[in-house]
Amino acid sequence: MQQIFDFFTSLPPMVLDVIHLAVALVAIIAFVSANAIVLVYMERKVAGFVQRRPGPYEVGPQGVLQVVCDAVKLIGKQIVRPTHSDPALFWLAPVLAFFPVLLLFLPIPFSSLLTGWNPDLGILLILAFAGINVIAVLLAGYASNNKWGLLGAARGVSQSVAYEIPLLLSVLAIAMMTGTLSLTNIVDGQGGWPWQWNIFLQPVAFVIYLISVFAETNRAPFDLPEGESELTGGFHTEYSGMGFGLFFLAEYANMVLVCSVATALFLGGWKGPFFDGPWWFMAKVYSLLFFMMWVRWTYPRMRFDQMLNLNWKWLLPLGVLNLLATAFCMKFFPMIAKIFQGGAA
Amino acid sequence: MKNMIRCAGETVKGIWSLFVGLGITGKYFVSRKRTTYYPRETVEKAAADSFRGPIELVGTPKNPAIPKCISCMLCVQACPSNCITVKKRPAPVMTAEEQKAFDEALARGENPKKPSAPKDPAVYTYDFTYCSLCACCVEACPVNSIKFSHELYLSGTRREDFNIDLLARLKRTAKSAPVKEKAAPAPAATDETPATEASA
Repeated sequence: MQQIFDFFTSLPPMVLDVIHLAVALVAIIAFVSANAIVLVYMERKVAGFVQRRPGPYEVGPQGVLQVVCDAVKLIGKQIVRPTHSDPALFWLAPVLAFFPVLLLFLPIPFSSLLTGWNPDLGILLILAFAGINVIAVLLAGYASNNKWGLLGAARGVSQSVAYEIPLLLSVLAIAMMTGTLSLTNIVDGQGGWPWQWNIFLQPVAFVIYLISVFAETNRAPFDLPEGESELTGGFHTEYSGMGFGLFFLAEYANMVLVCSVATALFLGGWKGPFFDGPWWFMAKVYSLLFFMMWVRWTYPRMRFDQMLNLNWKWLLPLGVLNLLATAFCMKFFPMIAKIFQGGAA
Repeated sequence: MKNMIRCAGETVKGIWSLFVGLGITGKYFVSRKRTTYYPRETVEKAAADSFRGPIELVGTPKNPAIPKCISCMLCVQACPSNCITVKKRPAPVMTAEEQKAFDEALARGENPKKPSAPKDPAVYTYDFTYCSLCACCVEACPVNSIKFSHELYLSGTRREDFNIDLLARLKRTAKSAPVKEKAAPAPAATDETPATEASA
């Protein structure tokens, strides 16, 4: 044991970093897959309970094995590519949708120790790579050679591009307040009790962030890119088997990601009133995920113009005003921020 | 200015409505489930009684195995999808003695009556596969001989399972139903006896 420890400590730091990254990535893949299974089950149970029915019930106790059955079915299905579709782009899209998401989990601080990688620009990394998802949606819709797919892709791109702006503005307000772009440092700046969290200082930014991520992850009430009633499946109409499965996994991985980022930015990350640790982080993430599901089964889908109006006429001006107010406070009343941050430290 | 105030009011109202919606679904989330877990549970009788199943005939108060039906064919005419078939009973053929008595009465200048056909139907079948449960027959029936059954868990493996002989069904239900004191004993009812009942 001691020898192994010595061997690793004798390695150059760069090699250690690579090992650290590899281990983190493997752990993240496991984490994302496990979460997807839990979330699919949770989603169906929440849907059932909201509609006053029991949800999945038959397979296993309370239907817990239903998701496993569905996954096996999905894997066993034939993967069909429509004629006249672009083979390279068609297969590239689901891969492009899923795999970048794994990278985005690297800078997430699950606890003070459980962080895959802590770059100075962690939040910037997430925001930059989140854009790849848009390309995946576009490619999927375009390569399918299907009108529904193309329409869904067009909707998805315009929606994601539009909602990225208020999302960035709300994150920028936090970054301006805390003076850092590293998620670990942002969490360090907050305390365990709810009034020491950033949401207490930036409630408007939190609301804008929340609404924007609903649109970014294509969740109801902003699920227009895959609106079943108009577009059958939207951009993933033509995908079967694990092609669709990867999009599905990516959706749930993205949900976990945006909720993790929200937890780190606004809700004090892994800090709680007692016993700081990853359990607080997961509890907060799952509360947010539950809220996302609750919203999905409450509100009807918005019309496209309503959705873009909400973005350009409400969230964007609100985000700019919030940013200006933050800048004003930080410049002229640094004492206020000091008091709050002092309380948190 | 006025517009701005109205717009702001509508916005506040709209945002409030979002919370109202969340409240409703949240309440449903924690409240009791309203579904029945079918193979292991069945709907309670009170709820099943509001269910409109395939139509069935109503028996007479005296003999529940004999329908009130007078074979007037109004239900057949009222049915928009022609799923009811009714056949009247033929008039009984007079015996030689009766014929003789009839002829003599006629010769005396009286106005004798031929024995009339019994009113209850000989055949009453109903094709549930075509029925739209519109209740036209129930409303058309002048003697209230048709009602909706509350058969919730009806199932069959062939088309013919839903081509229901309502007379046979009535006899079956009359047998299985608890016999009331006033009602005549049902088992005696067969195809030979109903003439007396119908004329009553």
